[in-house]
Amino acid sequence: MELVVFSLLNGVLYGLLLFMLSSGLTLIFSMMGVLNFAHASLFMLGAYLAYQIGRYTGFWPGLVLAPLIVGLLGAAIERWGLRTVHRFGHVAELLFTFGLALLIEEVVQLIWGRAPVPYTVPSSLDFAAFTLFGTTYPAYKVFMVLISIGMFGLLGLVLTKTRIGLIIQAALTHPDMVAALGHNVPRVFMLVFGVGSALAGLAGVIGGFALVTSPTMARTLGPIVFVVIVVGGLGSLTGAFVASLLIGIVQTFAVAIDFSLIDLLARFGVTVTRADTFYDLWRIKLAQLAPVLPYFMLVLMLIMRPRGLMGTRET
Amino acid sequence: MSAMLEVADLHAYYGKSHILHGVTFAVGEGEIVSLLGRNGVGRSTTIKTIMGQVRPHGSVRFRGREIAGLEPHEIAHLGLGYVPEERAIFPGLTVRQNLILGEKRAGRSGRWTMEDMFELFPRLAERVDTPGGVLSGGEQQMLTICRTLMGDPDLIMVDEPTEGLSPQMVERVGGLLRRIAERGVAILLVEQKLTIALEISKRLYVMGHGRIVFEGTPAGLRANAGVRKEWLEV
Ligand SMILES: Nc1ncnc2c1ncn2[C@@H]1O[C@H](COP(=O)(O)OP(=O)(O)OP(=O)(O)O)[C@@H](O)[C@H]1O
Ligand SMILES: [Mg+2]
Repeated sequence: MELVVFSLLNGVLYGLLLFMLSSGLTLIFSMMGVLNFAHASLFMLGAYLAYQIGRYTGFWPGLVLAPLIVGLLGAAIERWGLRTVHRFGHVAELLFTFGLALLIEEVVQLIWGRAPVPYTVPSSLDFAAFTLFGTTYPAYKVFMVLISIGMFGLLGLVLTKTRIGLIIQAALTHPDMVAALGHNVPRVFMLVFGVGSALAGLAGVIGGFALVTSPTMARTLGPIVFVVIVVGGLGSLTGAFVASLLIGIVQTFAVAIDFSLIDLLARFGVTVTRADTFYDLWRIKLAQLAPVLPYFMLVLMLIMRPRGLMGTRET
Repeated sequence: MSAMLEVADLHAYYGKSHILHGVTFAVGEGEIVSLLGRNGVGRSTTIKTIMGQVRPHGSVRFRGREIAGLEPHEIAHLGLGYVPEERAIFPGLTVRQNLILGEKRAGRSGRWTMEDMFELFPRLAERVDTPGGVLSGGEQQMLTICRTLMGDPDLIMVDEPTEGLSPQMVERVGGLLRRIAERGVAILLVEQKLTIALEISKRLYVMGHGRIVFEGTPAGLRANAGVRKEWLEV
């Protein structure tokens, strides 16, 4: 029971973090038709910036400044990079963002080195929030959940209740029409790219101290974010949300469950011995499979429902 | 009289295929002018090129100013409205939200208010909180026209507004366009069939293979069986 509750909490937390990344990525994708390979790199940059700023000012200013800087950087990338490359087609755009991801990784290594930096939980958040079944749950995790939910609530309100939100919604499906009505669509694109990047940056700030802040963190998390938006359905925010939680929870549970097929079969009175065929296969623990599960879900989804859970676009 | 919209020797391309071969025509202040022609002759391409959605080669002047090369949203701000063939309703937004996005700036009221729209087409008032995507084809057509009017254009280009509509609905679209013109908005109407075009237009152009092949009045086109047979009837 304890295991279930805590795994669920951690799973939801991981899922929310994934959604903070995938929501920006899927918004950018549905607007511009570009899969931004550098998205996870902006996430990493958020973590490093928060670490660096934190060394001078403490954690809290970094919480605001780091996402802001990453957001401005994202807007600049759209304005002076993607918009120019756009003329040469989608392949050029894809290569551009791919190159950008490599560039950011190299620059991060150059400045902060190959080893992880000690970006740790700020002391103001380093206490136990509550105790359940005799186990404590750390305050910083509760903080991460609150920040995520607050941010999504705010974005939801902006998207559905404000004029610029309505323009964004309309531009997602009919950019040409929105432009013909007199709205500056390129500027809307830049804004969405900037906000999406800022979200990735924020995920980095709050994810950085829960995970490890190292130059490989973009490469580790990037593919999983892609899995999320494909499984959720390219371009669907709701889909990305469901898929984020799903993958977050499934992966967290898999890690927590130290169980193999042999153990399962044993429950039904079947014993598998070394002599049996595929013994090595039966022996694999679910926890060992955890990293593979998202990709397994991706393949399965592409075979059974290529549009993803809630996608509208035929891929 | 210098016309409001003057298109001269306009060429356009999709990739390597040359679609418009020097289109020349004009629309005067407050006029209803029709651009007719069979499928695929380049009528939609002509207005997309004027609107800046397709790259123009040649001259497009609006109120004396050269607009070829401007961005679509800049062209819209000069007072040119566009109602596309595919209607392009924002399906997830309500009728009211669709209309609001027609305004170029929040709350800026021009010659039209939302009440005017409901008066022109009362069905919209009943369905104001309904998502645009669930309206019928005719209602969507009316909504697209009204949405463009909310931006207070001086000239609207309407691409095949009667396509796929019932005969009564076609008549209502014709009536709506006439009432819009009475308020001083010029209309460039693109049509394939002659029905409403002959009734409401002051002048007509017929296109064939990316060029203007006839220019005249409704009476002139009625009298010219040769042009109708060669360029319009199927
Ligand atoms: N996006 C595009 N890419 C390539 N060719 C196109 C494109 N859009 C239109 N065409 C071609 O350009 C020509 C003119 O198309 P246009 O849409 O202007 O015709 P139209 O006169 O509006 O007729 P209709 O609306 O009945 O199709 C057609 O031969 C069409 O196949
Ligand atoms: Mg057409």
